[in-house]
Amino acid sequence: MSELSVNHLLGIKYLNKKDIQLIFETADHFKEVINRPIKKVPSLRDITIANLFFENSTRTKLSFELAEKRLSADVINFSASQSSVKKGETLIDTVNNILSMKVDMVVMRHPNPGAGVFLSQHVDASIINAGDGAHEHPTQALLDSYSIRERLGEVRGKNVVIVGDVLHSRVALSNIYALQLQGANVMVCGPKTLLPKYIKDLGVKVETNLRKALNWCDVANMLRVQNERMDISYFPSTREYTQQYGVNKALLNSLDKEITIMHPGPINRGVEITSDVADSDQAIILDQVQNGVAIRMAVIYLLASKIKH
Amino acid sequence: MSQKLLLNAKEVNIILHRLACQLIENHNDFSNTVLIGLQPRGKFLANRLAEMLKTHYKIKNIPLGHLDITFFRDDFRRGEKILEANTTKIDFIVENKNIVFIDDVLYTGRSIRAALTAIQSFGRPNEIELLTLIDRRFSRHLPIQPNYRGRQVDAINEEKVKVNWLENEGEDAVYLIYS
Repeated sequence: MSELSVNHLLGIKYLNKKDIQLIFETADHFKEVINRPIKKVPSLRDITIANLFFENSTRTKLSFELAEKRLSADVINFSASQSSVKKGETLIDTVNNILSMKVDMVVMRHPNPGAGVFLSQHVDASIINAGDGAHEHPTQALLDSYSIRERLGEVRGKNVVIVGDVLHSRVALSNIYALQLQGANVMVCGPKTLLPKYIKDLGVKVETNLRKALNWCDVANMLRVQNERMDISYFPSTREYTQQYGVNKALLNSLDKEITIMHPGPINRGVEITSDVADSDQAIILDQVQNGVAIRMAVIYLLASKIKH
Repeated sequence: MSQKLLLNAKEVNIILHRLACQLIENHNDFSNTVLIGLQPRGKFLANRLAEMLKTHYKIKNIPLGHLDITFFRDDFRRGEKILEANTTKIDFIVENKNIVFIDDVLYTGRSIRAALTAIQSFGRPNEIELLTLIDRRFSRHLPIQPNYRGRQVDAINEEKVKVNWLENEGEDAVYLIYS
């Protein structure tokens, strides 16, 4: 019988190929469930999940909450901005206080890299990392790969380019791990200032010319420029960034083949991609959002099945 | 582990014809009836009965679906085994239909309880009946009985009833397996 090799989802780095396969197969079943007239199953009716968001999030939080509710779990939500964290409470204290209310699983987003790993070593609950700083965002990478698999049949052997602000992106790192694990070829493309210095050591191709990158790839995953994480100027102006690294319809039409466009959201329309690209048939941005719920249901279901009764 | 043959291919075939005729008796031309095989093992029986009704008894257009009950089971996290899901395929409306659930072996009745809950996700049927090839008597945990049964079997708890299908195991047969 197949089960996940891990008790927490802290990052793609800790998963193996079989885990990803199992998550995808389980997500297939949940995708069918969420397209039924009644989209709910009772599996997790005796599981309580706390969503701890120490950093802002719209779609990830909604997606997790929806996934949890579709599985009939009890859900409590916590955002740092309205809590005792502001009064000086430590992370472990905050979480232990929540766990003493009999919570089985914690979904956490935190601005510090490694927060999930740290927590998993100190508290007795299943932890899902919903993004830790610029480190990992495993469920986003899983839903990205799942969307590629859905669109192109398989991930193995596909050329995927991650374009834009790789330096500040947790989506990029998780995607690189996930894609490589499944046998895809990965390239990163962006201005040199937004590419980490040693990114080549991860075994990815590096390209600074967007047209060359797009001509090489089957899929382009367009990252958002994370202005909120930029303490200095990484490029002269947004206008110049768009000219060099923005994707528009004319550029797509001039390529040798039709490529698939992905975006983890939120989109800065007119910066990394134009509206006519975001709304075109080549973009699978809204499929990614729908698949996000199915993937998160699968992850929660598989981890919950390992919690001792 | 030893096993005893309960039904051979010929007996299975006779029973399938009887069950098909009983279905026709109650559902006439199947205009408002749908057959739903329960995953994983009930789908073989459902496929076989649907095929038989079509070819032998000339009944056209019988909607046939497969329902997976994994996410509706009452033993999640309670057993040693991880529950693995199967595909659900119901591409028709069940609202106001007469549904026949089809499974190979009726044992504790818990799968049927789960199926009764699961089917509600697809609408409110007019009525639901149950057809099973093997009915293990005296082992029910819930007040559930079949409307159509192939053969009643008295098997004690450690024993297992295994239904083999030509398309899956290479033969039509029913075995009682002792541990």
